[in-house]
Amino acid sequence: MNEWPLWEVFIRGQHGLSHRHVGSLHAPDAEKAIMAARDVYTRRNEGVSIWVVETRHIAASAPGDKGPLFDPSNSKAYRHPTFFDIPEEVGAM
Amino acid sequence: MYAQMVKTDANSVKTLDEMDADERAFQQRIDAGIKIEPKEWMPEGYRKTLIRQISQHAHSEIVGQLPEANWISRAPTLERKAILLAKVQDEAGHGLYLYCAAETLGVSRDELLEQLHSGKAKYSSIFNYPTLNWADVGMIGWLVDGAAIMNQVPLQRCSFGPYSRAMIRICKEESFHQRQGYDALVKMCRQGTPEQLEMAQDSINRWWWPALMMFGPSDADSVHSAQSMAWKIKINSNDELRQKFVDQTVPQAEYLGLKIPDPDLKWNEEKGGYDFGEIDWTEFYEVIKGNGPCNKERLAARVKAWDDGAWYREGLLAHARKKNAAKAAA
Repeated sequence: MNEWPLWEVFIRGQHGLSHRHVGSLHAPDAEKAIMAARDVYTRRNEGVSIWVVETRHIAASAPGDKGPLFDPSNSKAYRHPTFFDIPEEVGAM
Repeated sequence: MYAQMVKTDANSVKTLDEMDADERAFQQRIDAGIKIEPKEWMPEGYRKTLIRQISQHAHSEIVGQLPEANWISRAPTLERKAILLAKVQDEAGHGLYLYCAAETLGVSRDELLEQLHSGKAKYSSIFNYPTLNWADVGMIGWLVDGAAIMNQVPLQRCSFGPYSRAMIRICKEESFHQRQGYDALVKMCRQGTPEQLEMAQDSINRWWWPALMMFGPSDADSVHSAQSMAWKIKINSNDELRQKFVDQTVPQAEYLGLKIPDPDLKWNEEKGGYDFGEIDWTEFYEVIKGNGPCNKERLAARVKAWDDGAWYREGLLAHARKKNAAKAAA
């Protein structure tokens, strides 16, 4: 197998945000992956920092697990501040 | 359109009743506008058709660099040269975004390139025409990228997540391509010499019809198109997009003072659009078959670039492996 491995690219935008997944690319090693990511994903000033990680190192939840993982939070409306009515006399909280 | 005549393996479009439970759940998600992501269940036909469509699109971006690259060393000013370099670099980037989107469907980039190099996979017919004068570079930006945008803007809403995201990224950059082309033509046609205007007229004479062919033959009765539309990987019919393109482009040509090489072109008040002449589909099919003016040259250039780069790809990989081995041993 002589294809360069696949890397996932994460870029931090200009505004102090967290790194965000932008896409992937092939590169022989991490250093070249960062160089290529700069050319492929930041040609128009889209970032101030790059992370790359080899795709095979990413562990992901399976689409089939969506229900068991995320459905339980649907019934926990009390986790949102809007669940609670604060008396008007108290003012902003 | 960068992907032309993509086959779906469908003989007819199934109704919800004819589908099995998985297919029905899948179609209902698409109908509800929910994006499909790579690891989720999908019909084999959907996967295969998308691989064909996205890879054809990617190949078009990559081969599309060649006609324009012809003028990088001949650009009239340093500024035009820098702009053209940036544009051609963008096309390489667009190809990469799309190959990556295709790879999420379980095919490797090397396999896709092999299909291009062996002639098994197609790319857009438009890139088999030569760039004979400087106005051609402007014409490609204005007409060819203009036609591509017509097709790509709706594809931002397509049902497959990675393809949709690649399209969003591409569309953001594509507007620069069209505008730099039109700007180069404004310079030649409105601020240039009579000879430059003549050069631009010669250019539109050669590019107008091939640009209209980019949208592909009428697909009003095509099962493949109906299936692709049901899957939301094709949003508009070929004729619909072509009409929109003509309506948008004619006034822009008038501003430049260029004559569109179609004696049948005229405004139709009733439909609120232009009527235009019959397209020579024989020419289109010949180009698709490999008999266009530059098919052999384009493919040969791609294969040569791939073969000539082998030592580089292998060298960097060998270096990376050696470094990894040294790290593991330490």
